[in-house]
Amino acid sequence: MTSTTLTLLDPTSERSPTIRALTSRPATLDGLTVALLDISKPRGDVFLNRLEERLHERGIQTRRYRKPTYTKPAPVDLRHQIAMECQAVIEALAD
Amino acid sequence: MAGCLPEYLPVIIAAVEAACTAEFNAHGLLATTYFAGPVLIVNGPIAARIGMNSGVNVLGQGNRANATIGRALQLIIRNVGGGLPGGVDRATLGNPGKVGFAFAESEATSPWTSLATERGIPLGRSAVTLFAGEGPRAIVDQKSRTADSLARSFAACLASVGHPKLVVGFDAVVVVSPEHARTFAAEGWDKDRLRTEIMSHLQFNGADVIRGAGGIAEGVPEHLVGATLPKFRDGGLWFTFAGGEAGMFSAVIGGWVSGTEGSSMITTVIKDNPDDSQEAHR
Repeated sequence: MTSTTLTLLDPTSERSPTIRALTSRPATLDGLTVALLDISKPRGDVFLNRLEERLHERGIQTRRYRKPTYTKPAPVDLRHQIAMECQAVIEALAD
Repeated sequence: MAGCLPEYLPVIIAAVEAACTAEFNAHGLLATTYFAGPVLIVNGPIAARIGMNSGVNVLGQGNRANATIGRALQLIIRNVGGGLPGGVDRATLGNPGKVGFAFAESEATSPWTSLATERGIPLGRSAVTLFAGEGPRAIVDQKSRTADSLARSFAACLASVGHPKLVVGFDAVVVVSPEHARTFAAEGWDKDRLRTEIMSHLQFNGADVIRGAGGIAEGVPEHLVGATLPKFRDGGLWFTFAGGEAGMFSAVIGGWVSGTEGSSMITTVIKDNPDDSQEAHR
């Protein structure tokens, strides 16, 4: 009886995917700058405008950002800019 | 994979190459709540060589190559790419074509230039075109005997892609059947002429399609009230010839968000010859 060696290939790219824990939620927004991220879906701005009003009433600073298109992940540069300028993010989904 | 025969592999490799381009945006297509999924249209000698169906029941069941090539791409997205329904795939309803959707253009019987040739592929080469499309919907016209009348029917049906008040944002592929193509060809209409004639009937006044017009909240933004808007962008309406010889029916395959905001149609040369060198996507 002859023995043969079989090589099995796993076509998936990540056997041990890197998983990073989410940043814990801040206990309060006081003193923080909140990013308001519009993903470019219709009427996302309506939602963010109202949230911005409510946050400003509470004296919380906001900054507005916009993804080029809702069909693709936010560009790295935009994510980096938000991370540099803000401590929390609210993302408007859609419609 | 998926029940494919080994000789189907070059088609699947070309389809994966097309799916992996940034312009096709497979991640966004998978993640969207919309209906669409990848639709594969095969041109060139490989289609007949591997027995793909381009005739009777072309968009239906019963042909191993059509069924398994589309399925293989979906399984690669799912098992290699990790795109599981309910995971990255967030489709509200999806469509049955997401099980797999592949067919061939009937070049041997077509009165027209093939889709691949229109897309810039040299004659005699095989190619696969990948389109982010929903399921096929019917165009029924059994009465038109002139190209003009039939083009108006096509336009009326195409106006509803996505929503009659949503213009410019979606592309579409029309699968033109032999009996319908015969009516156009009899008057010497090629695909360009057909496209031009259809688009002449698909120009909308902004006032009629803005949000709220006609008592319907859906529509384009209000600032477009004074504009004239085409249903499809330039390069957003395509034709392919396929189907059984009997039946005055064609099919619309509506697209997803088009262009740089969403997905663009990609045509890739199938490297079915060992001498093939690397070739660019179209």
